[in-house]
Amino acid sequence: MSLADSTNLSATPPKRRRRLNNRVLRRLMRNKAAVASMVVIFLLVVVAVFGDLLAPHDPNKVTLSLRLMGPSGDHLLGTDELGRDVLSRLIVATRVDLLASAQAVGIALSVGVPLGIVAGYLGGFTDAVLSRVIDALMTLPPLILAVVVVAILGPGLRNAMFAIAILIVPSFYRIVRASTQGARNELYIESARASGCGTWRILWRHILPAVAPPLLVQASFSASVVIVAEASLSFLGLGARVPQATWGLMLNDASSNLTTSAYLIYPPTVMVAITILAFSLLGDGLRDALGRQTTDGK
Amino acid sequence: MTTTNPTLSVRGLTKVYGRRATLLRRHPHQLKAVDGVDLDIAPGKTLGLVGESGAGKSTVGRLVLRLIEPDAGTINLLDTDISTMSRGDLRRMRSHATMIFQDPYTSLDPRMLIKDSVAEPLIVHTDDNRATRHKKALEMVRRVGLDTAHMERFPYEMSGGQLQRVAIARALITDPSFIVCDEPVAALDVSTQAQVINLLNDLQAERGISYLFISHDLRLVRLIADEVAVMRAGKLLETGSAERVFAAPETDYTRELLAAIPGRSPRHRRFNGETAASVELDEAEREEAVVV
Ligand SMILES: Nc1ncnc2c1ncn2[C@@H]1O[C@H](COP(=O)(O)OP(=O)(O)O)[C@@H](O)[C@H]1O
Ligand SMILES: [Mg+2]
Repeated sequence: MSLADSTNLSATPPKRRRRLNNRVLRRLMRNKAAVASMVVIFLLVVVAVFGDLLAPHDPNKVTLSLRLMGPSGDHLLGTDELGRDVLSRLIVATRVDLLASAQAVGIALSVGVPLGIVAGYLGGFTDAVLSRVIDALMTLPPLILAVVVVAILGPGLRNAMFAIAILIVPSFYRIVRASTQGARNELYIESARASGCGTWRILWRHILPAVAPPLLVQASFSASVVIVAEASLSFLGLGARVPQATWGLMLNDASSNLTTSAYLIYPPTVMVAITILAFSLLGDGLRDALGRQTTDGK
Repeated sequence: MTTTNPTLSVRGLTKVYGRRATLLRRHPHQLKAVDGVDLDIAPGKTLGLVGESGAGKSTVGRLVLRLIEPDAGTINLLDTDISTMSRGDLRRMRSHATMIFQDPYTSLDPRMLIKDSVAEPLIVHTDDNRATRHKKALEMVRRVGLDTAHMERFPYEMSGGQLQRVAIARALITDPSFIVCDEPVAALDVSTQAQVINLLNDLQAERGISYLFISHDLRLVRLIADEVAVMRAGKLLETGSAERVFAAPETDYTRELLAAIPGRSPRHRRFNGETAASVELDEAEREEAVVV
């Protein structure tokens, strides 16, 4: 009887059956720098996981007779001032650095994301209070904050990472808050309310997925910032402590022998440089791949 | 028994936007978006709420479901006074009374598969497990004229008409008694408009749902409404049966609205041929006449 029954309405052929995530992934894969950085990060992770097996020597074995030897067949990258194998220390340090970085980013995410979503979604008084606190955090000079935190909690890699987490919380908070404010006024949020969804479900199922892309980009950039920060703090003696091997500590060791064995500065520097480059390029690639999705993904 | 309680009964509904007067601000700038509106909708019937853009129609639609808070007035929905209902009760109420929005492109979460959008109200309102939800969603999706293949799509992979069918499926999946349709076809092209209106009519006949059908387009309203309320600048100008309002409008404003329908002022319609622009809808109307 009615038109709805008599007309051919929905016979769109099953073309364009690509998933949203596949589209993003395919765009990412077309970006050579992003692919290269993913390969590098994958290799770094492999090294981090299997470091103990890959290291040719015991990274902490002190052999004073082999101090500051240049690269050789047995010690491909030479030895440091205590005669420890530099390559082995570099490999073992990869795990420590990546874990520390993941830890700092993880803490910052778990604080910054909930606060940002709540502030962005509720607005008003809650937002005002939270945003002032975060602003206050941002006015603190990073290095001084790190020194204060380490002074209070004591030195050590974990505490240094905690200090760095505090420092990068504001960047996550701000990105999440801004994206949440954007998503909050979307019609599909009101539609979710009209369907009886509670605040919790709206935040988790509708707002968070909208916030995730810029968050992912920021997390990738932050990872590179944390690697540098770890190196700086450990170099200054505020982070990792001997005999632990981290790239920052190795730089510290190398600096005390600059006049005699300057080449020791290169291995950890190159590792830090490669790692931060990989994470920044991945962040760039993600931003490009996800950014275009929002415009033509409608 | 001939007397049934109305599905929706609203008295003195008022919403003021803007800032109130304070000690320092003597002259408030306020806008009475909705000003003392009374409405009744009988079970299984459709009230068409018409008026130009900015008249306050959407605000009324949101107010009667308490998606926004009224400044004054009482709302009786399904024999319950919802004006004073708690937040939790309000949420539960939304399985019985919900809303369909104007723009189907933005009223569905762009990151959710169609099947998840349709099934979401079941997660909120029932204890159904995944399999049951999927089964119900598929039934509903089929009922609105789509098929299994559409379940696995994202909104950007579908047309406006299809998306509005999805929105209807999502609204209907909890078997509500009342739905606010806020310009549900305004974003669609004319032939799709007729299809979606017919779908709404069929679903109403099947399930006895009441609609508050909001539109600025009187051609659409006459396809679906049993009663018509004309709104202007926050106030109701006249209310009456659709036949009465279309045949014998009481106010000049309603006459103006009717005259604005292309090629079909009441007299025009009776004696002249149809204009090209309204052919599609006229077809739907004829179909409709057969059904009713
Ligand atoms: N959230 C709001 N804040 C301030 N003014 C609003 C808001 N929503 C609607 N209005 C105003 O209320 C009036 C009625 O709006 P609306 O109900 O959307 O009209 P309609 O749906 O009939 O076009 C308009 O003048 C509009 O600008
Ligand atoms: Mg409107």
